[in-house]
Amino acid sequence: MSLLNRKIIIIGDRDGIPGPAIEECLKGTEAEILFSSTECFV
Amino acid sequence: MNSVLTAASYILVHAPDMVVHNGTTQTTERVVNPGSEYLKQLPEHIRSYDQAVAYAPNQTYIGNMTPGQLGEMEQPWHDMPVAGATREGRYGEIMPQDEFLLLMQASDMFDLVRLDRAFVAKTKPALEKHPLLGQEILALVKAGEDASDIARAVNEEHAEGLYHMGQLVGYVKRAHDVDANLSAHVLLENLASKASAVLALRHLLHTSGVAPEEIEYVIECSEEACGDMNQRGGGNMAKAAAEVAGLGNATGSDVRGFCAAPSHAFVMAASLVKAGTFKKVAVTAGGSTAKLGMNAKDHVRKGLPVLEDVLGGFAVLITADDGKNPEIDLDIVGRHTVGTGASPQAVITSLVLSPLERAGMKIQDIDKFAAELQNPDITKPAGAGDVPQANFKMIGALAVKTGELDRGGLNGFIEQHGMVGWAPTQGHIPSGAPYMGFARQAILDGEMEKAMIIGKGSLFLGRLTNQFDGISFVLRKNRGAAQQQQEPGISKEEVRGMIAEALRSFAASMEG
Amino acid sequence: MDLENQKRVKDLAEKHGPENILVILGAAEGEAAGIAAETVTAGDPTYAGPLTGVQLGLSVYHVCEEEIKSLLDPAVYDEQIGMMEMVLDVDDIVSEMSAIRDEHTKY
Repeated sequence: MSLLNRKIIIIGDRDGIPGPAIEECLKGTEAEILFSSTECFV
Repeated sequence: MNSVLTAASYILVHAPDMVVHNGTTQTTERVVNPGSEYLKQLPEHIRSYDQAVAYAPNQTYIGNMTPGQLGEMEQPWHDMPVAGATREGRYGEIMPQDEFLLLMQASDMFDLVRLDRAFVAKTKPALEKHPLLGQEILALVKAGEDASDIARAVNEEHAEGLYHMGQLVGYVKRAHDVDANLSAHVLLENLASKASAVLALRHLLHTSGVAPEEIEYVIECSEEACGDMNQRGGGNMAKAAAEVAGLGNATGSDVRGFCAAPSHAFVMAASLVKAGTFKKVAVTAGGSTAKLGMNAKDHVRKGLPVLEDVLGGFAVLITADDGKNPEIDLDIVGRHTVGTGASPQAVITSLVLSPLERAGMKIQDIDKFAAELQNPDITKPAGAGDVPQANFKMIGALAVKTGELDRGGLNGFIEQHGMVGWAPTQGHIPSGAPYMGFARQAILDGEMEKAMIIGKGSLFLGRLTNQFDGISFVLRKNRGAAQQQQEPGISKEEVRGMIAEALRSFAASMEG
Repeated sequence: MDLENQKRVKDLAEKHGPENILVILGAAEGEAAGIAAETVTAGDPTYAGPLTGVQLGLSVYHVCEEEIKSLLDPAVYDEQIGMMEMVLDVDDIVSEMSAIRDEHTKY
C-alpha cells in the first residue's frame, strides 16, 4: 500500500490514539488529510 | 504555607427515568430512530433503586468501600450486589429519584419546576426525614398541581416532563418563549446539576463539621452552562447552589474545562487559600442528566443493565494549613500546555513526569496516582477500554522510559501505584476528584504520604480548539510539624531538585 | 460512530470517490475498532447514523496496524503513538480489523 494520492479520514479516540497524534504522523507523507476528528465515550 | 484538604463529600442520585427521557443517547435515538428495538428493550435493562445502591462501585463512591476493597472484587461488578449496602455512606448518600425531584423544586427560584400534588404528598414525608437538608430547604417544596395541568404543560406548552417509575409526575417549564438557552430542556439540565451540587454541599457541611457561614467562596466545576441568549454561559452556578445550601457568607464563581475542570478548580481553591484571600473555599460539582445512559446502547446490546443511571456530585473543602490535614502542594503542579500536543505520551509526561522532575522527585515517590477513575464495568463493554488502567500503564511506561523502573516491574507498578475505577461516566466527575476523600483518609491514617490527582479534559468536544487539556497536583502528608523542626534547613527533595536543576543547566551549557 | 462523523465520511466519500479514501482509526480496543470499521464499510451496525445501510466499502486501518505504521516516519510514530501502542491490545485490534476488511472492504 502507498499513501500517494490517498485522501485520509481520521477517526481518532480520546482513550486510544487522538486525531491530532495521527495527523502528526501523516505530516510529510504524500497523503492528503480530508478530515480528522477524535471521539469520546466517557 | 500550603492549604489543606479538610473534608470531602460524594453523592449519587439514582435517576432511572431521566436515563430514558433526558440522556442524549436516548433523546437522539428518539429523533433519528423512534421505533428502534433499542428504545423498546431499554426499560427492561433499567435498574431498581435497591440494585443501584447495592452496586459495588456506587458503594465505593459514597465511601462505604475503599477503592482497594473494590479492586479485590472480581470484575464485572454489576451482577455481584454488595450485601448490607446502604443509602448512607461515609462521604454522602445515594438519593432516590423521587426525593431528588423535590430537591430540584427546592433548588428552583423561578417557579419553573411544577410537581404533581399526589406525588408531592407521597414523597415529602421521606424528604422530611433527611437529616441534612433542613427546614429552610424543605419549606421551598410546594404543595403541587393537578395531573391534568401537568399533562397539558408537557403536551402543549413546551414543558419538559419529569417522570418517576414511568409516570409523569411533574415538569420543568420553559422560562422564555424564544430563547433556546432558557428552554425547558436546558433548565432541567441546569436545575438537576444545581440540586445535586446543593446535596453535595450539604453533605460537605456534615463531613467537615464546618458551619455554613464559615465558607467564604465556592467554585463550581461542572460542565453545564447557565445564562440567556445574550450571555449563554453567564454562569455562577456556584453562587446559585451556595444560596440553597445556606452558605450565606459565600460568593463564588464557575470554572469550566470539561473533565479537567475539577482539578483546575482544586488548584485555584488551594491558591486562593494559600494566598490568604479566603480561609475556607469549597469546590463542588453536580451531575449531568445528558450523560445518563450515554453508552446504554452497548450495555443493552450485551444484555447488561444500564449502568449509567446515576447523577454524580461532590464537594471538597480547602482551608488554611491546620498542621494536620493533607497539604495541597502547589510546588508540584503539572499542566498540559498549548505546546504539549495531543500525543498520549506527551500528555502524561506533562502531567506526571515534568512536575515531579521539577520538584526533584521520581514517579515512584508518589504512592498513588488518581487519574481518570471511570468505572470499567461501564467503559469496557462500550469500547473505551479500562480508562484508569490505561493511564496507570502509561505512567508505568514513563517510569520504565526514564530508567527508574525495570520493564518487568510494570505490572507491579500498576498494582501498587494505581487503582480500579469506580466513578460513573459523568464527564467531570471521574477525573481525579473521587479519590480526594480516600486519599485524605489514607494519608491521615498513615497508610501513604503522597497522592497525585490528575484531571484530563477533551476540549475538542466544544469545537473551538483541537487541544486536549489537563492539570495535576500532589496531595501530601502535612509537613507542619516536620517543617518547624527543620527550619531554616531545606528538605532532601529540595536538594534533589536543586541538583537536578544544576545538572540540567550544566548539560544545556555543554550543548550550547 | 458519532453521527456527525458518519455524515462527514459519507459526504467525503461521495465527493472524492470511495476508491481514493483511506480511513485511519485510533480506537482504544478491538471491538470499538471493529464497529468503526464496519460503519465505513458495511454500514452503521447500530442503525443510528447516516451510514445505516450504506455500504461504502472504504479502505480502513487502525493506525497501529503494520500496513499503516510501516508507511510512517518511525521517529514521529514513536513520539506520537509509541507508548500508547504498548498500552493497547494491538493483536486484538488487528484481528478485528482484518476480519471486517476481509468481509466488507471493496477497495
